[in-house]
Amino acid sequence: MLHIVNKSATERSSLDSCLRLATKGSAVLLIEDAVYAATKGSAAAAKIQAAAAGLKIYALGPDLAARGMAGRVLDGVNVVDYGGFVDLVAEHRNCQSWL
Amino acid sequence: MSDMDMEDDGSGIVKKFMFLNRKAPHGTVYALEGLEVVLITAAFDQDVSLVFTDDGVYQLMKGIDTKGIEVKDFSKTYRALDGYDIEKLYVDQSSLDARGLTEDDLIVDVTVLSDDEMKNLMDEQDVVISF
Repeated sequence: MLHIVNKSATERSSLDSCLRLATKGSAVLLIEDAVYAATKGSAAAAKIQAAAAGLKIYALGPDLAARGMAGRVLDGVNVVDYGGFVDLVAEHRNCQSWL
Repeated sequence: MSDMDMEDDGSGIVKKFMFLNRKAPHGTVYALEGLEVVLITAAFDQDVSLVFTDDGVYQLMKGIDTKGIEVKDFSKTYRALDGYDIEKLYVDQSSLDARGLTEDDLIVDVTVLSDDEMKNLMDEQDVVISF
């Protein structure tokens, strides 16, 4: 499954819930305000890095750039563009948006 | 301003206004709308403090490039605030620390406050408006 999270991890619990309930080997795509979680020094950084052992973590590049965060992405997080977003949706049998 | 004006409409009264920004930019419209309201308020010659805390500190990041998401980049507007006599900008150290940020990451000069300093600043306001 592809999990899509769009809310800031320091404002909502959706990332925590996603990481708690995503099965091993799933993909997690961070978009919009959720991309802050994938940046160095963020409160969620340790959680993301721990999760990256069992999940594939992606972040949307245009959303990182729009937040001044393009140069701060954590190691182990794959940055994708909109084409990559489409590929992820197409590659997975199902997807879940954590609103 | 003449005494007559003040008697007519009370416009000589200056209150302490705090605009409290706690949301990241772009994901919601709060940051942009808050900034618009601050610019409007500048016309009323009030004692304005602008506070960025929690995810609000993200509004002030350097290096924002919104071309890819096709929305307005309003981050440079923060640098124009002193032209509107809005010179009191504050962030709190706790919010910076929780996000791995320092003052150098921010697009404008701000005063960095401790939690104790921030709570006192909030407490002394006449009006607090939250975005």
